[in-house]
Amino acid sequence: MKPVYFDNNATTQVAPEVLDAMLPYFRDLYGNPSSMHSFGGQVGQKIRAARAQVAALLGALPEEIVFTSCGTESDNSAIRSALTTRPEKKHIVISRVEHPAIRALCSHLSLQGYKITELPVDKSGNLDLENLEKNLTPDTAIVSLMWGNNETGVIFPVEAAARLAHEKDILFHTDAVQATGKIPINMKNNVIDMLSISGHKLHAPKGIGVLYVRRGTKFSPFLIGGHQEKERRGGTENTPGIIGLGKACELAAQNMDKENTSVKRLRDKLESELLNKIPQSRVNGDVQNRLPNTTNISFEYVEGEAILLMMNELDICASSGSACTSGSLQPSHVLRAMGVPFTMAHGSIRFSLSVYNTEEEVDFVIEKMPAIIERLREMSPFWKESEQACRKQ
Amino acid sequence: MWEYTDKVKDHFLNPRNVGEIENPDGIAEVGSLACGDALKLTFKLDGNKRIKDAKFKTFGCASAIASSSALTEIIKGMTVDEALKVSNQDIAQYLGGLPDEKMHCSVLGKQALEKAVENYRGAPAMEAGATIICECFGVTDMEIEQAIRENNLATVEDVTNYTKAGGGCGGCHEAIAQIIERVKAEPKADTKPRLTNLQKIRMIEETIDREIRPSLRQDGGDVDIIDIIGNRVLVATRGACATCKAADITLKHFVEHRLRELVSPDITVEEVSK
Repeated sequence: MKPVYFDNNATTQVAPEVLDAMLPYFRDLYGNPSSMHSFGGQVGQKIRAARAQVAALLGALPEEIVFTSCGTESDNSAIRSALTTRPEKKHIVISRVEHPAIRALCSHLSLQGYKITELPVDKSGNLDLENLEKNLTPDTAIVSLMWGNNETGVIFPVEAAARLAHEKDILFHTDAVQATGKIPINMKNNVIDMLSISGHKLHAPKGIGVLYVRRGTKFSPFLIGGHQEKERRGGTENTPGIIGLGKACELAAQNMDKENTSVKRLRDKLESELLNKIPQSRVNGDVQNRLPNTTNISFEYVEGEAILLMMNELDICASSGSACTSGSLQPSHVLRAMGVPFTMAHGSIRFSLSVYNTEEEVDFVIEKMPAIIERLREMSPFWKESEQACRKQ
Repeated sequence: MWEYTDKVKDHFLNPRNVGEIENPDGIAEVGSLACGDALKLTFKLDGNKRIKDAKFKTFGCASAIASSSALTEIIKGMTVDEALKVSNQDIAQYLGGLPDEKMHCSVLGKQALEKAVENYRGAPAMEAGATIICECFGVTDMEIEQAIRENNLATVEDVTNYTKAGGGCGGCHEAIAQIIERVKAEPKADTKPRLTNLQKIRMIEETIDREIRPSLRQDGGDVDIIDIIGNRVLVATRGACATCKAADITLKHFVEHRLRELVSPDITVEEVSK
C-alpha cells in the first residue's frame, strides 16, 4: 500500500512528468553542455530552456538563475558572496527561526569574527519589521530571512524587509525553499537581491537547487572552477536535475492555484477536524499568515517521536519538533523561539501536504489520529490529572 | 529514523504493565515534562516480599516507553534487593540494545527503580550535597557520577547519551569532564537530589493554576510556563499582562513570591519572549 505522505516540507515525490523529462539525459543524451559538438550542445539548449522555465515561475530574468546542488548550497553561496563583496562589513542579521543552512553557517561565521543578530519572533512566529530596522547598522553586510517557515509555514514579510535593508544599502537574501511553488513570487515586484530554491521541495529530484541573483548584484562564487553558470558556480552541470527542475517549475506555476485552493482546503479540514476531535491540542504559528500546505499541531502531554512511530505503523508520514526526533535533546528551535510551552513543544506534529494528497488520505488520518493520541495519553503520567483539572473548570 | 530493535518496537507498540497500582508498596516519579521524558513506577510485594506486580506510566519517546515496559517485566518476581541489582545495561540488553543517543531512557528506568525501592524502605530518598550540573536538563553531579561508574563512561558525549547532561546549551561540558576525571580517580557513594524535577514541576504548575491564574485572569491577563530549569521558572505573559508595563512587577512580587512561599524558597521567575 502507498504510504499517506504528509511530510512534503521534508521532501516531495518527483512528479511523473519531471521524471519523464529527465530520463533521456541519463540514458542517451549524456553529453556535456560545454562541448563543442552538437551531441553536447543540444543539452546546452535544454538547459537554457530549463533556466527560462525557472525564471518564469519567479518573474525573473533567465540570466538571474544560478543552478546549484541544493538549498543549503544556495544559502551558503548567498551569505558568503555578500561577505566577500563587502569585506569591510562584519554584521549579519537573521532570525531565530531560520533553517540550519543559515543558522549553522552563521554560528560558524561568528567564530570567525562576524557579529550575528538573530531577530526574535512573537508567539505566532511573526517578525517585527520595526525591530528589524532597529538592528540594521552601517556594519551590516546582509539580512537573510526565510520566506516561509519549514516547521510552521508562517510567512515573513520579506518584500518589505528587503526595502528596509535597501534603504540602508544592505543586501537582502531570502530562503524561499518552502515558499516557492506554494505562494506567488514575482521578483519584478520586489527588491530582494538573492533567493534560494531547493528542487526536491517542489517535485523535482534531490541534488538540484537554485540561487536567484538579481541582475547588477555583485556576486562572488562559492564553488570556484570552470566557466559554468557564467562563472558564478563552477562544476559540470547536473543536466538531468536542471531539466527536471525546469519542468517542476513549469508544473508549479500551473498548480499554484490548486495549492491555494484544494491543498489549502485539505490542510484546513485536517487541522480543524484534529483540533475538534482531540482535546488539548493547538496549532503552532499564525493560522492566517501561513503557507497553504502546512499545519503544526501540538498534542499536550504526549511526545512527538512516540506519536510518529504509532503513525508509522499505519504508514502515515509526518514530522515532529520534539527533542527525541532531532537527536539534540532539545525541542525544535522554531517552537522555542515562539515560546511554545514545553508541555506542548514535545508533542508537536507537522503535517505538510502536496497536490498529490487526496481527501481519502485526509479522512484516514482524521480517523486514526485520535486513538493514537489517546493511547499515548493513557500511558502518560501527566494526562489523568490534567484531564480532571480541565473537567473541573 | 532511529534503528530500534524488534524488541524495542514490540515493547513500544504492546507495552506491558501500563498503569498505576493502587496502594503500592513502592512508588517513584523521575524525569520531567520539560526534559521530554518522565516515568512513574509503582510496585506491590507479595507475602514472600517478592515483587508481585509492577506498573508504569511514561511520557516520552518509543525507547522510553519500551524501557519502562522492559523494567516492569524484569523486576517481577524479584526481591527488592535483587531488583536493585538490575542495571540500566540490563534494561537495554533485555531490549536487544538501544541506540547510543537513547541510553538515557534505560537510565531513567534504573533511577525510577531505585527511588521506588527507597520509597518502600522509607529510607531518605535524597542525601544532601547533590548539585545541578546540567541546568538545561536538571541533571545532578550524583546522577552523572553514577552513570559514569555503572556504564564505564569515558567522554562528555557518553555522559550526554546516558544522562542527557550537556545536551542543551553545552555550558556544563567542562564540569562534566571534571566529574569524569574525579570518578576515574576515586569513586564515591551515590546520592540523590531533594525534590525531584517531576515533583517540583507538578507543584509549580499546580500553584500557578490554583493560586496565581485566577487572580491574573480577573485582570484579563494570564501566564504560561515555558520551561523550568533548575529553580528558574521561565514564563510568558498573555492577554493584558503581555502589554502591561507593570507585568515585571507582577511577576516578581506576586508570581515569584507565591511560588517561593508554596514550592521552594530558591525559585526565580523570569519572563521570556513576548
